[in-house]
Amino acid sequence: MSSAVAPATVPAQVPVQGGRSSLTRSRIRAAWVFIAPTLIVLALIAGWPLARTIWFSFTDANLNNLTDYEFIGFENYIANYDGEWLGLLTDPDWWRSVWNTVWFTTISVSIETVLGTIVALILNASFPGRGLMRAVILIPWAIPTVVSAKMWNWMLHDQFGVINDMLLRLGLIAAPITWTANPDTALWTVIMVDVWKTTPFMALLILAALQMLPGDIYEAAKVDGVHPVKVFFRVTLPLIKPALIVAVIFRGLDALRVFDLIYVLTANSRDTASMSVYARQQLVDFQEVGLGSAASTLIFLIIALLIVITMAAGRVRLSGDPR
Amino acid sequence: MKILTRIGFWLLVAAIGLFSIFPFYYAVMSSFRSGADLFKVAYWPERLDFSNYVAVFERQPFGTNIFNSVVVAGSVVALSLALGITAAYAFGRIRFKGRSLLLMTILAVSMFPQVAVLSGMFELIRSFGLYNTLPGLILANLMLTLPFTVWVLTTFMRELPKEIEEAAFVDGATPWIVVRRVFLPLMMPAAVTTGLLAFIVSWNEFLFALTFTLTNEQRTVPPAIALMSGSTAYELPWGTIMAASVIVTLPIIALVLIFQRKIVAGLTAGAVKG
Repeated sequence: MSSAVAPATVPAQVPVQGGRSSLTRSRIRAAWVFIAPTLIVLALIAGWPLARTIWFSFTDANLNNLTDYEFIGFENYIANYDGEWLGLLTDPDWWRSVWNTVWFTTISVSIETVLGTIVALILNASFPGRGLMRAVILIPWAIPTVVSAKMWNWMLHDQFGVINDMLLRLGLIAAPITWTANPDTALWTVIMVDVWKTTPFMALLILAALQMLPGDIYEAAKVDGVHPVKVFFRVTLPLIKPALIVAVIFRGLDALRVFDLIYVLTANSRDTASMSVYARQQLVDFQEVGLGSAASTLIFLIIALLIVITMAAGRVRLSGDPR
Repeated sequence: MKILTRIGFWLLVAAIGLFSIFPFYYAVMSSFRSGADLFKVAYWPERLDFSNYVAVFERQPFGTNIFNSVVVAGSVVALSLALGITAAYAFGRIRFKGRSLLLMTILAVSMFPQVAVLSGMFELIRSFGLYNTLPGLILANLMLTLPFTVWVLTTFMRELPKEIEEAAFVDGATPWIVVRRVFLPLMMPAAVTTGLLAFIVSWNEFLFALTFTLTNEQRTVPPAIALMSGSTAYELPWGTIMAASVIVTLPIIALVLIFQRKIVAGLTAGAVKG
């Protein structure tokens, strides 16, 4: 393209040359003017609230009156009153929520990656109705999380739910299961609904990577008679690995802050409460802004740490310079 | 062997399709059943009973909730795009010091856990006197949409050929004119994609809407559905909830089906190329 355009720009080259530095300077000035509104808005609605949340975590603020509070240092995190340890870091419910979140993230992202890859491989094959299929799998992704949680709540209803009905009819279970109330099944139920909702997202990201692969490798493998499964593990998987890692990171970070799904499916039950659910419960239901902010701050630190590690690992190309 | 593989393939396709569609199908079915009917499991529609759809608008301010959601999501999209396109021009077309760092910061904001800003945002919204109002929600939701809007639009902006603006600059156009006259028309497809994604994010947003509103009249759709209750706390009005769910999901499904390609392009531009 550049060779075709070059002759046309040559005559203009000379006059521009003299004014280039001033043009560049005025463009850089314009750049700052253009990004200023975005930066100001983000500083106001993201930077400032984050800073205030961290500050509140060192105070005894209460939701009723956010102007009257005292600085209490690390007491929201850990404190010793008369030999008794108190604070967030001694609260078993907090650690339970950390464990729930980690377990939820690990299992659901793993399942979603495997299923997403399978769905992507299918959508990458050519068959009649492929376009329709691609639209159909987007439906779970498009449904608002609250709505899908409610839909599944209804389907999983212990007495009138269709899932129990199906399983009973098929003879897979002998008695109806209380999916969301039973501590043994609650977290698995949450994971299943998340898998239903988010696998399409994974599949689409992986599909985009698959479609960028060169076709001739597969021609060669076909000519050589290599088994398709072997082709997948030897050729496809290594080639889509970078995209797969990005997708897993995005999903993982998203899963770590899960709130809607768990809150609507199982309310504030401690069997399934995620870190976000725990923090909001302290903050809003118990009005403990100090303690809730401490939990929020820890969540932020955990996720920030993970982001920094990923960035340092250099898997995500962040400078964004053109290829 | 070949036939077996084909049958297996189609079974898999059918299973994926069924698994994707069934919950919504079942919600639609349930929404047309009421009274004792609702509590008998059925797999096929028997008759159409619209009483749930009437109830959702009569017993709840659901019309208001929908209106609120449209206002919030619409404003969020408009603001995100207006701010996003100007910023994306600077990030995508001009080299300046600190560009990578700033872009990285903006990307980091899009990975913020919402709950991390919850108490600070609560204080901010209250101090502006915006608690339990729609502008409060618009402000809060911008935090979710603006970073990825900038990010995705920058990706698109960068892919436009370099020669486009050079001619305009040689003719003496200012950067502002270049953005408005040259890039705005070219960015329309990308803006539609990003706007759709921002709309869906805002339409589905729950945590802020739940925390920063108090009365049912100010709620957007997600908290309204989540907090719908019946005559007693233990008897949830499942038929009404399903009717409400179907009503708010249909427009989103329609959008997704119509703009399928654009949405996929936007999602992958944000993630894979990022």
